[in-house]
Amino acid sequence: MIFLAALRKEIFGQWRSYRLLVVVAVFLAFGLLSPLAAKFIPELMKLMPNGKEIARLIPQPTITDAVAQYLKNSSQFGVVLALLMTMGAVAQEKDKGTAALVLVKPMPRSVFLWAKFAALGVTFIIGIAIAGAACYYYTLILFRAPDVSRWLALNGLLFLFVLVYVALTLLCSTVSRSQVVAGGLAFGLVILLSGTGAIPGIGKFLPGQLLAWGAWLAAGSKETAWPALWISVGIIGAALAGAWAVFERQEL
Amino acid sequence: MPVIYTQGLRKTFGRVQALNGLDFSVEPGTVFGFLGPNGAGKTTAIRVLTGLARPTGGCVRVLGEDIVASRRGIAGRIGYLPEEPAFYPWMTAYELLDYIGRIFGLTAEERKVRSKKLLDLAGLTQTGGRRIGGFSRGMRQRLGLAQALVNRPEVLFLDEPVSAMDPAGRKEVLELIGSLRGQCTVFMSTHILTDVDRVCDTVGIINHGRMVVEAPREELIARYALPVFEIENDSSSAGKFAAWAENLRSMSWVATVSVNGTVVRVVVNNVEEAKKKLLASAIRAGLILTRYEMIRPSLEDVFLQLIGEEGKEAG
Repeated sequence: MIFLAALRKEIFGQWRSYRLLVVVAVFLAFGLLSPLAAKFIPELMKLMPNGKEIARLIPQPTITDAVAQYLKNSSQFGVVLALLMTMGAVAQEKDKGTAALVLVKPMPRSVFLWAKFAALGVTFIIGIAIAGAACYYYTLILFRAPDVSRWLALNGLLFLFVLVYVALTLLCSTVSRSQVVAGGLAFGLVILLSGTGAIPGIGKFLPGQLLAWGAWLAAGSKETAWPALWISVGIIGAALAGAWAVFERQEL
Repeated sequence: MPVIYTQGLRKTFGRVQALNGLDFSVEPGTVFGFLGPNGAGKTTAIRVLTGLARPTGGCVRVLGEDIVASRRGIAGRIGYLPEEPAFYPWMTAYELLDYIGRIFGLTAEERKVRSKKLLDLAGLTQTGGRRIGGFSRGMRQRLGLAQALVNRPEVLFLDEPVSAMDPAGRKEVLELIGSLRGQCTVFMSTHILTDVDRVCDTVGIINHGRMVVEAPREELIARYALPVFEIENDSSSAGKFAAWAENLRSMSWVATVSVNGTVVRVVVNNVEEAKKKLLASAIRAGLILTRYEMIRPSLEDVFLQLIGEEGKEAG
């Protein structure tokens, strides 16, 4: 019951402060623009001086290009939104005193944290669902209809990828008392994960590989990246457990 | 059995000793005034008593239970108003009280009734549907008090509850706090002595993180306050009045003399001697008196005396 009360308050807060709307708008924009960009960039190139020569070098756009654009844009901005939406989640409440006002009452700190994570998850799932539907529709019009089950799986992987950064930023927000410091710490973790992902042999185990798996799904490949999925789930679990362990010991 | 009990309570922040062996107890149903100068350790003590901070050492029991071991159990039975209550600016006052009611597990009907009653009590019925972001400091303070009462607490912790209020709001809230006497135990920190004088029946004075004195208010005044005489002189004999007042300072039965215009305030250390000699000396000096009165010593006199002695000892 307390979890539901906390979750309701978090979702309500995101709605009232327009944060839910911003996330949906950003994802929707990239969901709509990605297939359009894939289709019309060669056409736009032709309008440039010597553009026809350049356009001739670019292969005919396909559904794979549309999906690649969608995954690239949504994942990059998904990470940025994950940082911006989450960095103040706990830090700001500690700093302003609202955390003390609520946690002096019989609300467990774990519930306080996990309701925030769940609410952010709901926000991103709504954003990605709308973006996925928009992108599916434009891809269908401009190219052909992607396979529905593979499309759903692709968006599920994108959601899990974003959720990793939500969980890591929530940990940073719990550790710090300032949302700026939390954002800085989270950005450092993004750089660290991106840098580690570039090391040959290691990248296939990291969350970034989920996006590659998504692209394989769209291309009809049977290749998978299960280790990256389990490690991503593990990172989320570890970040939440870490945040809880730190939060339980903090004075408000 | 005391509702709040501390023994040897210590709290340190690095090298700073905020609480330095704090000992006190609060009896059920009383309004306890926790008095002290700024920086004495009042807010730190309340944070420890409510479980928001952990003690460095010593024993803290609230409602008979150890606050460190049973924080969650006690949380359902207490109310807390911080010095500067912070809220979610996007919520309305009604939504906040409803949310707090949900945390305490109240049913929808209970929440509705309780929220309306508390908004009325806090004088926020007309603004209950407005977002808290637009509230004044006084309105926030009253909403803070309302949210602290949602669960009908057995112990209510109030940290400087009227510090942000105008005189009318202050009077209303103090009356509300006074009306809680007997229904729950109120633990109220403040540095405003007149507020304590108005509503508290028991007073604890804290300084440098330890309790200087703790007693029922009247007993405290009777035990510590020196008797005070106030004499008002007609302005036509102002010259004689100043000389007489100066002369009083040398008397063995006089503790302090302070002159304010045509009024002299004499704190005495031997009331019988003063009764015999003070008026007689004024007549001998040829003063034309318009008022001669032995006044009731105030809590402020006790506070200044005790804190002053502490300062001297520390010095």
